[in-house]
Amino acid sequence: MRRILSVLLENEPGALSRIVGLFSQRGYNIETLTVAPTDDPTLSRLTVTTVGDDRVIEQITKQVNKLVDVLKVSDITDGDHIERELMMVKVKADTTALRDELKRLSDIFRGLVVDVTPTTYVIQLVGTSAKLDAFIEALRSEAEIIEVARSGVTGLSRGEKSLRF
Amino acid sequence: MMSGAEMVVRTLTQLGVKHIFGYPGGAVLDIYDALFEASDIEHILVRHEQAAAHMADGYARATGEVGTVLVTSGPGATNTITGIATAYMDSIPMVVLSGQVATSMIGEDAFQECDMVGCSRPVVKHSFLVKKAEDIPTVIAKAYHIAATGRPGPVVVDIPKDIVNPKESHPYIFPDSINMRSYNPTVKGHKGQVKKALQVLLAAKKPVLYLGGGSIAAECSDLITAFAERLNLPVTNTLMGLGAFPGQHKQCLGMLGMHGTVEANKTMHNSDVILALGARFDDRVTNNVKKFCPNATILHVDIDPTSISKTVSADVPIVGSVKQVLSDMIDILDSTGESLEPAAMASWWSEIQVWREQKCLSYAKSDKVIKPQQVVEAMHRVTNGEAYVSSDVGQHQMFAALYYPFNKPRRWINSGGLGTMGFGLPAAMGVKVALPDSVSICITGDGSIQMNIQELSTCMQYGIPVKIISLNNQALGMVRQWQDLIYGGRHSHSYMESLPDFVKLAEAYGHVGIRVSDPSELDEALEKCFSMKDKLVFMDILVDQDEHVYPMQIKFGAMDDMLLGKPKAE
Ligand SMILES: Cc1ncc(C[n+]2csc(CCOP(=O)(O)OP(=O)(O)O)c2C)c(N)n1
Repeated sequence: MRRILSVLLENEPGALSRIVGLFSQRGYNIETLTVAPTDDPTLSRLTVTTVGDDRVIEQITKQVNKLVDVLKVSDITDGDHIERELMMVKVKADTTALRDELKRLSDIFRGLVVDVTPTTYVIQLVGTSAKLDAFIEALRSEAEIIEVARSGVTGLSRGEKSLRF
Repeated sequence: MMSGAEMVVRTLTQLGVKHIFGYPGGAVLDIYDALFEASDIEHILVRHEQAAAHMADGYARATGEVGTVLVTSGPGATNTITGIATAYMDSIPMVVLSGQVATSMIGEDAFQECDMVGCSRPVVKHSFLVKKAEDIPTVIAKAYHIAATGRPGPVVVDIPKDIVNPKESHPYIFPDSINMRSYNPTVKGHKGQVKKALQVLLAAKKPVLYLGGGSIAAECSDLITAFAERLNLPVTNTLMGLGAFPGQHKQCLGMLGMHGTVEANKTMHNSDVILALGARFDDRVTNNVKKFCPNATILHVDIDPTSISKTVSADVPIVGSVKQVLSDMIDILDSTGESLEPAAMASWWSEIQVWREQKCLSYAKSDKVIKPQQVVEAMHRVTNGEAYVSSDVGQHQMFAALYYPFNKPRRWINSGGLGTMGFGLPAAMGVKVALPDSVSICITGDGSIQMNIQELSTCMQYGIPVKIISLNNQALGMVRQWQDLIYGGRHSHSYMESLPDFVKLAEAYGHVGIRVSDPSELDEALEKCFSMKDKLVFMDILVDQDEHVYPMQIKFGAMDDMLLGKPKAE
């Protein structure tokens, strides 16, 4: 099962490497990882997507929680939540027909063309990972993909539930 | 106002540190210079930094206090890694202060630079890189706090050279208290869970108490004994838990696991309720987890939530200190007066009695060659079972664990989790430094002793008269045993050719060496060894090379699938 873990940790050098190290040391998977300071600059919020059965996820959660720099861990996939990932795709766009088609496709997915040159487009898309995957699939049959940058998943629980210190 | 180097020493003094095990080098010379004046701290100059870590570890295991290590950057620091990992696996409180190159040079591959925080990361409870001199008192105080609380463990404090510059002065502010918003270990078990666990236990027909190293760290052997006696529970200890409950108590079944007794492993396997206190269902205990104790409901108390349901799922998990949980349970028993059903317990004990009568630890003596078991038994006799016994790793370790019953906690000092050969001698030294009036033994083998034998020199310098009992079988005995059992007797590289003359070696270092090979001379030789109170005596005892440690669990089997002796040749 794919899980999204949110982690609140001290915004200090070394804290991130402890988490990443823990995953590799104990043989856990990291599918995506994002991290940035929160509204309180002394804290960072990290989101990691991983796969494992309930037992493995329970161990990961407990092990991460045990790290001295970590304040809180929550598996947001446990309840209703919102997840988003940001992607930028650079595609070949060197004919009018192709440019029209790419614009149309991007509109269907609610993407934005954020950079234009005579031969390329950069399309920005925000959504769930599945939506991003679907967009890439759709693009592939229309145009030549030059490069892709994805941010990794981040997310929040819906409603009152929150991860705060 | 004082320099960073002075702050380090001042902070350690203020924290009550009495002993440091260390070795100097460029990056820590300023700290060493500040130490020159310190009258409240004794520094023991080791001969290898790995041994410094093991000494601090033995010191901590015997006393429960945090052990302290001071080493230089680069090789000094990396030499401690095995010692740190050993302490980490067994949850031993330790602080390692390592020097580091100057902040401005970090990352430049400077002379003796090594990323100690990175190197040690997987084997520490936590680590710090000190950024400014003003932080020194707080960081070091935090390190001791983290090392000693919750599930104890080693903490590294890496100190760059510029931070301790003796030419710069800074205000010294020692923290009044340690508050860390991200670190608050749970001590008190959940009331509802404690109650529930006790109910399950009281309804049991075949209960067993399974004690691990956590029940020693919790400092509550009296409570454990009171609880076990009150409910008449059979008790078994892990290798790390020996002494948490008196080894010679009539309810004690001895050690469980890979080389556990028949009665301990059978009792576990046939139990209906297991109360695990500070134990972690390690693979050397459970054997094949799929076949582990099929009928047992598991009540698991541990201060570390990650230990619970890691390998074996707990039916009633309780996160908390063994001490707190047991005293809560005893309070409930006091108020309700409940107990286990006497008839069921009587029949359970008579079942256990049958396993006991197999006398799985019996062995054949000979008048030609000394049996290793016999040495441990003699050692127990001569020391009245009161010694602190530090062990290396191998057959001798298992013989000591099985044939030297420990009636008190913190007397049995061994590397259980990492299984570090070379641990025994420095650990025994740490014990002797901490408790100078105690009898401190290192039980070892001809392989292990050579992994830190250079410390005989440290013993001479500081007058640390430990007793080394070396069961010399001229082989890496435990490896040889596995080769006998699993590899058709092919002894690939497990024979110790060209052993030194250990008696002469001991003498060369200024100590006493005694060799014994005749069984009839064993007791007298040991008496002599222990009568020389102020001398380090190295007993080179030639023992039967072909002896194996039994019982031994059969790989992939259940807990109680055991060999009780050498399999007969087909
Ligand atoms: C540092 C280290 N290297 C290798 C091993 C693997 N090992 C476990 S027991 C053993 C043999 C120990 O021999 P010795 O110290 O002579 O003790 P004996 O088994 O003969 O009593 C070895 C090599 C280990 N535990 N630690």
